[in-house]
Formats: sequence, structure tokens, C-alpha cells
Amino acid sequence: MKGNEAVAEGAIRAGCKGFFGYPITPSSEIAEYMARKYPKIGGIFLQAESELAAINMVYGGAATGVRVMTASSGPGISLKQEGISFIAEAELPCLIVNISRGGPGLGGIQPAQSDYFQATRGGGHGDYHIIVLAPASVQEMMDFAIDAFELADKYRIPVMIMAEGTLGQMMEPVIPRKMVTEFVDKPWATTGCRGRQPNIINTLHLTPESLEKRNIHLFSKYAEIKAKESRAETFLLDDAELVVVAFGLMARVVKKAIMEVRRKGVKAGLIRPITLWPFPEEYIKRTIKTAKIFLSVEINMGQMLEDIKLVVNGEVPVDFYGRIGVNPNPEEIAEQLLRVAEREGI
Amino acid sequence: MKVVATRPQSLTNAKFHYCPGCTHGIIHRLIAECIDELDQRENSIGICPVGCAVLAYEYFNLDMLEAAHGRAPAIATGIKRILPDRCVFTYQGDGDLASIGMGEIVHASARGEKISVIFVNNTLYGMTGGQMAPTTLIGQVTTTSPYGRTVEQAGYPIKMAELLAQNEGSAYIARTAVNTPANVVKTKKAIKKALQTQMNNKGFSMVEILSTCPTNWGLNPIDALKWLEENMIPNYPLGEFKVKEE
Repeated sequence: MKGNEAVAEGAIRAGCKGFFGYPITPSSEIAEYMARKYPKIGGIFLQAESELAAINMVYGGAATGVRVMTASSGPGISLKQEGISFIAEAELPCLIVNISRGGPGLGGIQPAQSDYFQATRGGGHGDYHIIVLAPASVQEMMDFAIDAFELADKYRIPVMIMAEGTLGQMMEPVIPRKMVTEFVDKPWATTGCRGRQPNIINTLHLTPESLEKRNIHLFSKYAEIKAKESRAETFLLDDAELVVVAFGLMARVVKKAIMEVRRKGVKAGLIRPITLWPFPEEYIKRTIKTAKIFLSVEINMGQMLEDIKLVVNGEVPVDFYGRIGVNPNPEEIAEQLLRVAEREGI
Repeated sequence: MKVVATRPQSLTNAKFHYCPGCTHGIIHRLIAECIDELDQRENSIGICPVGCAVLAYEYFNLDMLEAAHGRAPAIATGIKRILPDRCVFTYQGDGDLASIGMGEIVHASARGEKISVIFVNNTLYGMTGGQMAPTTLIGQVTTTSPYGRTVEQAGYPIKMAELLAQNEGSAYIARTAVNTPANVVKTKKAIKKALQTQMNNKGFSMVEILSTCPTNWGLNPIDALKWLEENMIPNYPLGEFKVKEE
């Protein structure tokens, strides 16, 4: 199965009933998959006239209390940011998939991780966060689609799955997940006020007090998510002196490179953030005492690097290796690890 | 004692914030009366714009959403596609619908989206203080056309009813005004027809309502009604532009 198809099938299995999207490489297979499947199983597929319309259709769909999603890539995700800000403020659960490519501007269709800042800093206007999951395999594309909807409903928050274009396009065997059949109640949904008081979904707060209160509410929710939902995978970390941090498909390449340099006696290990927001700070913190250096490996010019530095807070050096538009191979990464190890006396 | 007039169920008891002489209040009431008469109060979902009617969710006693500027038809689409048996309407001004939301409205109409759009045209941006809109008349003075709108600088006013009537997906398109009691009655009929068009699954429906903005026009309420009649109606003719029968 292709990564893009796996995330789409995962969403269907999560009970997602609506897909609203706009074509863009390298994410279009998600829309195409939904266009083929939904008419047969009673889901709603709609190709919107623009990314703006697509995200606002998601706003409307999510407001009915049903699981809905959209998918796009960098330039399209930029256009969706207005809507994402509104959805975050209105606390509407939904899934947004970013099969990411290189920027800025039109950039290219080559795989990249250049949207890390956009995804983890909110992306649109105002103070907010969304949960960001970074899968590293086609299996996780399916699994995380289900996790994403569960998290979205639990916290009433938009959740993004961000994967490099490579992961969207590559094929791997997948063990299908069971259909989700239990859903939380959504008494806040706007479905017509039959037998109850009207519900209002609104993002306007005209008095300073109500606006501040609203922000404080959102940030107390974000604090809870940070405390409970930060996720990471570790690899050969116990004795690691050279601690590599990498996410997504890049992390798999790094694993191979680590095995390679381990054979040469370099004590290297990996922290792979699975949630990019909340950033799994504890995993980094726990490693500061044993690490001689952190190395962030990303397919961008150094974005997650800043989050690592914030946690490390100057206690040990933090280095960076990045490429743009290409997935470096394990040999190239191993070479970099050896260079850093030699320089640091590891 | 016989009750001859009462507050519609579909309105809350909140006091409107609109300026003296503004016709938003009349239009709100007409929508509420139509929803009541069609027995749709508990089946309706409304979407407010960005503009003077941004707070309309406080006035309609219905499930309501507040949209980003111009995006109400897309939100309405998302709701209606998931809940096709609900009565879904948007309430939008001319900046919201004919400028920043032009893409959303044209495509909702082209798709034959089974929603009803109440489009309030007062020829300018009211909430932000009277700037030029796509509907501003040639020669009309606004804060961003201080010497009067010129064709050379800003082109021509957009006629939304005529434009959307061309789309096959549009099932009912009308333009009315609320400057006289007779026109208010006609407006109510048009709103009801739009909602019935939706409920009968015929397609997209819109009523463009010529409305006053005494504050930003710099006129008293009575002169504003006169200005609407003398300046707006000749440029924005009233009537039904599309009535799909089957």
C-alpha cells in the first residue's frame, strides 16, 4: 500500500465520514482514494474550489460532530492556515494531513521537512497549537490516522499528520487496523437545536477579559496535552554519547547510520519525536547527562534544532545536519556521525 | 385577547446592536419569521459573516456558527453535505460575499449546494467604517473612494444576483429591498421561497437584499431609505432572476 493510501484508509477505519480537499502534489492520492471509496461506503468526498474552501468545509463538517479531514502539501497548508486558526479557537476536532514538500514559495515537489515551524508554532494567526504526529512508516500512516482522530476528539483540537512526500509516495506492507466503532458524545455540535438550547460555535471575543479567558482556557488544555501526550521512540539510547534527533522517515535512515557507526565503536543513539507538538522534551532532558552532543538531522535548514536547543539550554553542544529536497542515504548520515564523533572525541 | 404580533421563536430576546435606521434588524426578523412559519427552528443551522452581522449568533435562537470573512458558504457546504436534511443558511454582507468570499459563493452556487444565502447589500463595508465595496456605486463617496468611486480606478459594481443566476446550480435567485413596507413583505416572500427551494432539494438559493447604512452613508434614516430607492434600485433592479421549476 502507498503511504497516501494508508493514511486515507486509516481515516476511513477511524470513522472519518467526510473528506474535503484540493489537488496538490505529492498528496493528491489521498483525495483520489477517498473519491473512489466514499461513494461506495456512504462517506462524503468533495473536491473544493480552493484550499480555503476545503478547510472551511472541514470547519462546517467538524461542527456537526462527525469526523472529517483534509489533506494537502506545504503551499496548500499555508492557504489553510486561516481556517486552522479558526478551527483551533473553535475547538473543533479534525484531521489535517500535510504530505510535505520543499519551500519556500512554490519550492518543489521533492520531499522535505521544511514545514516544521509552521506545524508546531500554530501556523496561522493568534496564540494556539495543534497536535502534530510524524509517522515513519506506511503502517504508521494508517495507525496515526486513527490515533489522530482519537486525540482530536479527546481534546477538541485539530490534529495534523505531517509526513515527507517520500512517505506519502512509497509502498510498504500494512496490517489493516480494525474499524473504530466507539465515539465520544459531542453535545456541543451544531446539528439543529431539537429538544435543547441552541449551540453556538464562535471565535469572536470582543471584551479583553473574555479574550484573555479564552486564551487561558486553550493554554490549560495545551498544558494537559503536553503532560500526557508527548511521544517519542528511542533507539540504542542508554549508553549514547552522540544523540541524534530525527523525525519521520528521516529517523529510519538515521537508525541505519547509527548501526553502521556502532560497528565502528561510536556510541550513537536516536531520539525520534513522534509528536512534533507537543515536543517530547522529557526524552531530551533525560539524555542531557549522558550525551556529549546532540545532532539534529532534518530535511530542512534547521527547525527542530531550535526545540532541542531550548530543552538542552546550553548544557551540551547541539549540532545540525540537514539537506533540502533530498532524503540523505544512511552512508551520508554515517559519514556525518563519524565526523561529529571524531571532533567531539566520542 | 387575541395575539396579533409576537417575537418570532427563532429570535432570542437580545437587543440588536445595529445603528438607528439600519435594516439588518428587519432582515433578521424576516428570516426568523420564515423559519418559524416553515417549522424549521429546531432543524436550522445558520452561519454568520464577518461584518456588521458578525454577532447575529446572539440574535437567532438557533444553532449558529461564526465564519471567517467570506467563508460562510464553504462552512455551510460542510454542514449540509454531512447533514443533508437540515435547513442551512448563511447571512452575508457585500464585502464578505462579493469581495473576499467571491470564490466560495460562486462555487457553492455552481455546485447547486442546497443552502440558502441571505445577502445584505448596502454598497459598502459597514463594520470597518464605510470603505468601498465591490458593490459601491460609481461616483459614491466612501472612506476609500473619498472623491467618489471611478471606473478608471476601481472598475464597475458587481451585480451578484445576475451573476449567480447564470449558474445552472442556482435554483432560486432574487433581489429585493427593505426600504418600504411593501418591499419588506416582498423580501419575506423571497426569503421563504429560498428556504423552500432548499428544503425541496432544488439547489442553491440566494436573496440579495438592498439595505441601508445611514451611519456610513452620512444620512438620517429617512433620507437613507430615499437614497436606496433613488440610487441603488436603478443600478440593482429588483425581481426574481432565477426560479427553477422542477
